[in-house]
Amino acid sequence: MTEQHDQTGLIDRQIMWNRLISVVEEQAMTLQRTAFSSIVRESGDLSAGVFDLAGRMLAQAVTGTPGHVNSMALAVGHMLARHPAQTLAPGDVLITNDPWLGTGHTYDFTVVTPFFYRGRLSAFFACTSHIMDIGGVYQFTDSADVFMEGLYIPILKLVEAGRVNRTLMAMIRANTRNPVDTEGDTYSLIACNEVGCRRLERMMDEFGLEDLESLSSHILETSRNAVLTEIRRLPKGTWNHVLTLDGYEAPIHLQASLTVSDRGIHVDFTGSSATVRRNINVPLCYTLAYTCFGLACIVSRNIPNNAGSLAPFTISAPEGSIVNAQKPAPVACRHIVGLMLPDLVFGCLRQTIPERVPAESAGVLWGLNVRGYRSPRQIPGDEFTAGVVTTGGMGALPSRDGLSATGFPSGVRGGSIEIFETQSPVIVWRKEFRRDSGGAGRTRGGLGQTIELENGIDQPFLFNASVERVRFPAKGFAGGRDGAAGRLTLRSGEKLAGKGLHVIPAGDRLLIRSPGGGGLGEPKERNRDAVREDLREGLISPDAAKDIYGLMD
Amino acid sequence: MEKYLRLSADVGGTFTDVVLEDGNQRWVGKVLTTPEAPEQGVMAGIDQVLAASGRNIGMIGVFIHGTTLATNAVIERRGARTALIATDGFRDILEIGTENRYDQYELALERPRPLIPRSLRHTVRERMDAQGRAILPLIGEDVRNLARILKRQAVESVAVAFLHSYANPAHEEQTARILAEEIPGLSISLSSRICPEIREYERTSTTAANAYVQPLISGYLGRLGQFLGEAGFTGNLFLITSGGALLTVEAARSLPVRLIESGPAGGAVFAARLAAELNEPRILAFDMGGTTAKITLIENFRADRTRLFEVDRAARFLKGSGLPLRIPVVEMVEIGAGGGSIAGVDALRRVTVGPVSASSVPGPACYGRGGRHATVTDADLALGLLDPGHFAGGTIGLDLSAAIAAIETDVAAPLGLDPQIAAYAIHEIVCDNMATAAHAHVVERGRRLDRHAIVAFGGAAPLHVARLAEKLGVARVIVPPLAGVGSAVGMLRAPVSFELVKSLPARLSRFNPDRISELLEQMSREVRGHIGDVVAPPSLREKRLAFMRYVGQGHEITVEIPVRRLQATDAELFRTLYEEDYRALFGQVVPDADIEVVGWSVHLGTDPDLPAPAAAAAAPVAREAPIDRTIRMFDGARGRWIELPAYRREQLRPGDRLSSPSLVLENETTTFVSTRFRAHIDIIGSIVMERDSGEAGDD
Repeated sequence: MTEQHDQTGLIDRQIMWNRLISVVEEQAMTLQRTAFSSIVRESGDLSAGVFDLAGRMLAQAVTGTPGHVNSMALAVGHMLARHPAQTLAPGDVLITNDPWLGTGHTYDFTVVTPFFYRGRLSAFFACTSHIMDIGGVYQFTDSADVFMEGLYIPILKLVEAGRVNRTLMAMIRANTRNPVDTEGDTYSLIACNEVGCRRLERMMDEFGLEDLESLSSHILETSRNAVLTEIRRLPKGTWNHVLTLDGYEAPIHLQASLTVSDRGIHVDFTGSSATVRRNINVPLCYTLAYTCFGLACIVSRNIPNNAGSLAPFTISAPEGSIVNAQKPAPVACRHIVGLMLPDLVFGCLRQTIPERVPAESAGVLWGLNVRGYRSPRQIPGDEFTAGVVTTGGMGALPSRDGLSATGFPSGVRGGSIEIFETQSPVIVWRKEFRRDSGGAGRTRGGLGQTIELENGIDQPFLFNASVERVRFPAKGFAGGRDGAAGRLTLRSGEKLAGKGLHVIPAGDRLLIRSPGGGGLGEPKERNRDAVREDLREGLISPDAAKDIYGLMD
Repeated sequence: MEKYLRLSADVGGTFTDVVLEDGNQRWVGKVLTTPEAPEQGVMAGIDQVLAASGRNIGMIGVFIHGTTLATNAVIERRGARTALIATDGFRDILEIGTENRYDQYELALERPRPLIPRSLRHTVRERMDAQGRAILPLIGEDVRNLARILKRQAVESVAVAFLHSYANPAHEEQTARILAEEIPGLSISLSSRICPEIREYERTSTTAANAYVQPLISGYLGRLGQFLGEAGFTGNLFLITSGGALLTVEAARSLPVRLIESGPAGGAVFAARLAAELNEPRILAFDMGGTTAKITLIENFRADRTRLFEVDRAARFLKGSGLPLRIPVVEMVEIGAGGGSIAGVDALRRVTVGPVSASSVPGPACYGRGGRHATVTDADLALGLLDPGHFAGGTIGLDLSAAIAAIETDVAAPLGLDPQIAAYAIHEIVCDNMATAAHAHVVERGRRLDRHAIVAFGGAAPLHVARLAEKLGVARVIVPPLAGVGSAVGMLRAPVSFELVKSLPARLSRFNPDRISELLEQMSREVRGHIGDVVAPPSLREKRLAFMRYVGQGHEITVEIPVRRLQATDAELFRTLYEEDYRALFGQVVPDADIEVVGWSVHLGTDPDLPAPAAAAAAPVAREAPIDRTIRMFDGARGRWIELPAYRREQLRPGDRLSSPSLVLENETTTFVSTRFRAHIDIIGSIVMERDSGEAGDD
């Protein structure tokens, strides 16, 4: 009887855990549905989660952005340090976009709502979304310190006892180039937490829960133990790897020393380049997020994200290094370095468990970020801005080819070209697979894309480049070739830098070639039928089939 | 001759179910599906019910038909050799897709193969901009050159999907005219007709699927029409869509994509009507046939509907792993778990079941029609749960020794088990697979299953529903009359309707009532064209919907708008309607933001007529149900054979109490009552199984 009762209790807790995950999924869906920011609504650059009273994350929606994983997980703790639980009342909502307390740059608004059940504080909902404009220097890649990166909102009450803080909202409106959208997105964040609160209330009613204490410890303990069990199956030891990035003026070196022990996995970044003048520096919270993500992909992929499952993964990095930038270092484009961290972690793990680790991927997203004027008068208010996410190829896996045109590590969705063209006069003339860009190998890297842009009106437009893998392509391993490097050129011939604001003259076209993923193993060992199919489908050229893959017929 | 009979035929992967209705009387036929020529099975089923009823085919006024032909063609990649013609520069829309990973932590994720391989994806120089202006003209000669390539590639069907064709279809239409001249008989699907909505990936994918199944469906409907005509049928033929509505044959031929996932839709109509009749506001419809199991939530007597749906998911339960189709569809989860699902042992020595099915050809081993693999039906037979002489209306005699031999070879021997134990494992695993899928589906909607009743129908559901309910912790199970052919019965009651959606952005701040009214009127005429003149106008109701959002948002909410000519003042009405819904959904409205309508829908149809709750009239006299005979069954949980009573369903009447465990035999299905449930027959003849509410599930 007791045993049956225990089993029943276990089933109930499993159901409630699943339900909690579905609550945050619905919270995230609300955010995506109500967002104004195109990268949130079209691509899913957002996150949402529920936290216990100690500020520990219990469940997080699986959305497009690993970068929010562990960073948002810590945000509630920071909020509670400033606004202790006893100072919070029903109807309060907190906000910040502090890069070091939130998710790494001022574009991310993080909003936290305390949840009261029958008058008692019982949980917190948090969500983050990427706002399209928060003021700051016109060319966002040009900031020299964080104060040039727009309005900096410390942890403040956005809503107090149900009344929106009009002063703060006015400040937000006054400090962005898109006041209506930015205010709309702020409301969207409030709404998404509110939906979470409503659903959680219904769940607690239904299951007759007084509080979340026992469910919380069940979730966190079970998850932590599950991750530790996976870690204990790995060989113990320390492995080092160095990854070189294009950077701005000079290449950047990321160095990791990864140690597997029975207590967890620790990654130390000593030896990495120092903070740079340009805004690709990374606050530690964001370094932690992408490091955890890389580790989880290989080690513990089926275990839901929460404070328990994240606990066994720890990091350290020297203060002032590029992966532990200190305020007021500029950090607006921290994702450029951050998104390369999984490949760095993989470089360490490949030395111990190569059968589970892919070759390098394209990494950073290749965003089509354009702006310009609709008329030659070039008056403010006559501007357009639009952006759409595109991707390169993923690295080959030991067992199969890398995926073409697929974001990794970021999983945000690519947007619709038709939607993009409703928002700007810029025409996308081409967007298709880039032949021969996947690194050759026994298993092939995924292909990048060829994209062409031209203004549809007789005006120049600006293209904001912030990409990687132009100088240093995605590496192949074990005889596999590197993926093709990315390229930006004008049709008229000029080669453009991977980072910077480029003027695309009227009538000229911007040609973009996103990078392919690296290959694994000797290309000549690739299955001949697979080589023939690649050739027939036009994914590789006849020359590559013959010269690299050694196809005779 | 007076045509007053209604007929329905549901062609599934394994069985074809036929129901003939004359007022309150119904006759049921169940025959094996004939996959190479499904019309033969349909005609055989019709002959069966006509013979049983003594009616003739000329008396049939309405024939409603549902088929999985389109779905299976997509899943099994057996559609036509199809090419895509896209705008130059956009050859890979189908394969680039959304560029994301549906499972964030899975590096080795699988994607479904596109319906059209790259070598059959062509492009042509042309371009519309977002306003529908031609910024690069289409050159007829380019299309003619392409036609020569298509001929060389022996292409049977073409999808034409140009950028922004929803805003201006001229280039697509021009392409179609040229192709029709150059390649007579070529099947052509235009994205501006199939799915005139913004977002190129979903529109192209939907159009590709339409083109892929069109020759197959068109040929099938042509042959069926001919057979029916020769047999003397003079009534109206309708096809049931994935949204649970009826289409004329002509509409189905031009829009066959709307038939994908149509089989289960009849079941949703059936379950919704039953829910109304029994006054059960929360129902989980469980439809298990020979090939798949379908699970649908029905609340307040209607199934949820959605406008975006995925077919052929590479990862069973994961959104984003399938091919997107933008069509109206009943929201459900479908998994490869049916009577024909093939069992085996995987590398980790675990018993696996499905998703591959032995279907009707060759069928389970026990059918004796050439099937060699052990299936769920073989396991059920080996356990003693099926009556070998009365399976599927007695159309198929089951061979017990063939079933045991297959189980021995495929599962028992590799694991060193007795065949009975192996059979029990197969039965358990298939129930567990279904429980997991049902659970995920329900939880995704934030529901809790123990408040729901399960309604079981489809040939294999009544046999597995007790175990499924135990695993899900559901306390109430209903097996309605005619459960074995529930989907076909539901089709008899599906409303005739057609829905059309078009993208035409309109801001409320620049509201142009005349332009919108014209569009809606034109859509209304088009919808009427699809419905044809087969339904008397007075019974048709028109509904108009606007998909609205704040300017700058990317997702819309659906608002019902009045069916009349619009005036300038209606902008304010639209705002009010929108903000009411927005507030209800998301709490806060956004002050000062402009609102836009991005798309419009016109829906025309008959109302679904839901029955009134069955009168709770005089409680029937309770009695112990008459036992037909005693059957031996292997009780896997206890590892021994037991004896249990079997009833004939036609001998049961309202108020009868059944023993637990027991079996109820009828021509189209068998119901298993487990020891966990107490069972009786309710006022309308359903078998109702109930548990004490305090008891929870055991797995």
